[in-house]
Amino acid sequence: MSDGSGAIGEVELVQLLTPEGERLEHPEYSFSGDDDQVKSFYRDMVLTRRIDAEATALQRQGELGLWASGLGQEAAQIGSGRALGKQDFVFPTYREHGVAWCLGVDPVHLLGLFRGVDLGGWDSQKYRFHLYTIVIGAQTLHATGYAMGVERDGLVGTGDPDRDMAVVGYFGDGASSEGDVNEAFIFASSYNAPIVFFCQNNQWAISEPIERQSRIPLYRRASGFGFPGVRVDGNDVLAVYAATTAALERARSGSGPSLIEAYTYRMGAHTTSDDPTKYRLADELEHWRLKDPIERVKAYLTRSGSGDQAFFAEVETEASDLAADLRTRCLALPDPRLLDLFDLVYAEQTPYLEEQRARYAEYLATFEDGSAEPQVRRAEAASAAPVQSAFGGVH
Amino acid sequence: MTMLTMAKALNAGLRRALEADPKVVIAGEDVGKLGGVFRVTEGLQKDFGEHRVIDSPLAESGIVGTAVGMALRGFRPVCEIQFDGFVFPAFDQIVTQAAKLHFRSSGRLVIPLVIRIPYGGGIGAVEHHSESPEAYFCHTPGLKVVTCSNPADAYWMIQQAIASDDPIIFLEPKRRYHERAEVDEKGSPPPLHSARVVRPGTDVTLIAYGPMVKTCLEAAEAATEENHDLEVIDLRTLSPLDMAVVDESVQKTGRVVTVHEAQLNLGLGAELAARISEQCFYSLEAPVLRVAGFDTPYPPSRVEEEYLPDLDRVLDMVDRSLAY
Repeated sequence: MSDGSGAIGEVELVQLLTPEGERLEHPEYSFSGDDDQVKSFYRDMVLTRRIDAEATALQRQGELGLWASGLGQEAAQIGSGRALGKQDFVFPTYREHGVAWCLGVDPVHLLGLFRGVDLGGWDSQKYRFHLYTIVIGAQTLHATGYAMGVERDGLVGTGDPDRDMAVVGYFGDGASSEGDVNEAFIFASSYNAPIVFFCQNNQWAISEPIERQSRIPLYRRASGFGFPGVRVDGNDVLAVYAATTAALERARSGSGPSLIEAYTYRMGAHTTSDDPTKYRLADELEHWRLKDPIERVKAYLTRSGSGDQAFFAEVETEASDLAADLRTRCLALPDPRLLDLFDLVYAEQTPYLEEQRARYAEYLATFEDGSAEPQVRRAEAASAAPVQSAFGGVH
Repeated sequence: MTMLTMAKALNAGLRRALEADPKVVIAGEDVGKLGGVFRVTEGLQKDFGEHRVIDSPLAESGIVGTAVGMALRGFRPVCEIQFDGFVFPAFDQIVTQAAKLHFRSSGRLVIPLVIRIPYGGGIGAVEHHSESPEAYFCHTPGLKVVTCSNPADAYWMIQQAIASDDPIIFLEPKRRYHERAEVDEKGSPPPLHSARVVRPGTDVTLIAYGPMVKTCLEAAEAATEENHDLEVIDLRTLSPLDMAVVDESVQKTGRVVTVHEAQLNLGLGAELAARISEQCFYSLEAPVLRVAGFDTPYPPSRVEEEYLPDLDRVLDMVDRSLAY
């Protein structure tokens, strides 16, 4: 954790596993799990990377409108996601596919959003994983407010591990410039809210490098708001796990917010609509490829003897099966009916919207096959004289 | 029956909501010890504690955004935006976040959030303290928008808004805060989203809400000297509109003048005119006419009385309507 002085001295980076797969000691943070847990992290990371690759392929084939890849950020997401306790609640951005995995959200729901069949198909309360938020940084305020509610519910600092809970607000380096993120820091600090701000600094906000967002290491921003911040090697799943575990415990115990900057790299494009070759050098990608979050765990497991070829092959097979199943279920996702959406705007429906729905249903009924396909509509419009009067001015 | 100002009636309504449901919390700038700049929350922090009546950091997006988070946790937050012109820093949190979560979650999530905004002019304030931003919010699916014109409605409507599971923009006409009227705290209120005829008449229907209801009642009184019998409707709910009351009135009078402080272009009057022309076309003896603020930014306060619709401008438009 920073000393809060804000002085630009040596930038600390918590690392417990080197890119070569060697374990390191750190004076403040340690990973106390066994190699079985490390193997489970490896499996999580390989599977989520495979989900990510399948989603990218589906987008390229026209089956998703867009996909925001998490390639390269697997350690940041699995390390933090696996540190969550069974009461903790998460507010994600739109790229937390690995965290969703850790909380048991079926990845087909993530695809549904990007396919355009819904706006977030999972039960966010059940999975303790809020809907994706696309307007940058807005969710950090929701996370803070939720944490203020947790504190008011008396679920902080009781010492009972079955009661105490914390909230995690995810965001990125670009979001750190948003007013909402800075306001969230202020509210969380002012009310000592049980929250962990988890920033994945993946170096790029679409085409803008981190230098455009901040002239100091992001974790040091925390000291200006009055809470601790730490930078961890975001490609080191053990360091992320250890730092998140400590920050969550701090929040649950009633000691207030903290900031984790997971220093990582967006190895893919911002989204499938982006072309990173226009703004960054191939050398940079190669440099980060040597720090790959999965390869270093594989190197460690190989060296320690805990992971043999059979284990790695088994995970690969599981990943392929998962991807094939995901693809099948993605393609089978039913399109929504526009008519059904009118009833979802309000908890207590309004007469006017009900009337609009009824008129639209009437309009649809004027077509013999009940289809709302534009071509059918246009072709039949000429002979469907009653349509105009049935509509009034509403349509 | 108690004689209360609108500010005191709101205070009493908020107190009753806080008593009725421990999940109700109030948040905003200066709402605690000070009791709000208009004293609407006076004494509430003292009686309900800092955990339920929360002095917020000076950040409107933060106030609304954290309230959305508290609503997701099962609370029923009531946010105070100190003045109308200060709501815009919170615009994303209101129109993109709070308004859409029920829809985005396919109805799984509810956001029982009330955002109180003192609005409108007439108090000689400096700029950004006299605006009428209701149309922005009425245009937003997922929000409901209501406004009170008198202490009794203020007392009941704030409680009804807090009890609603939808996010509600609750507009308080600040120039009427200190006007008194009887409030029957044992009575039973009409539904929140209902309009009301506050003065029956036969010749022309005046449709108003919030601060303009009193102006229209005064205009109607003055019109009797010219033997014009004006009906006055207090809309109370701006989104959704209660068109049943409006339609019935228009079918009787055949003439309509809408009155609001907000700018003319795409204001509530425009929507009312469209809806009335769709639904009451054959009853109309004249086009729906609108009295409103002009399409300028709110002017310096020395000329605000000229900018704001008043009795004369309302009656001038009534004359035009009757001339058809």
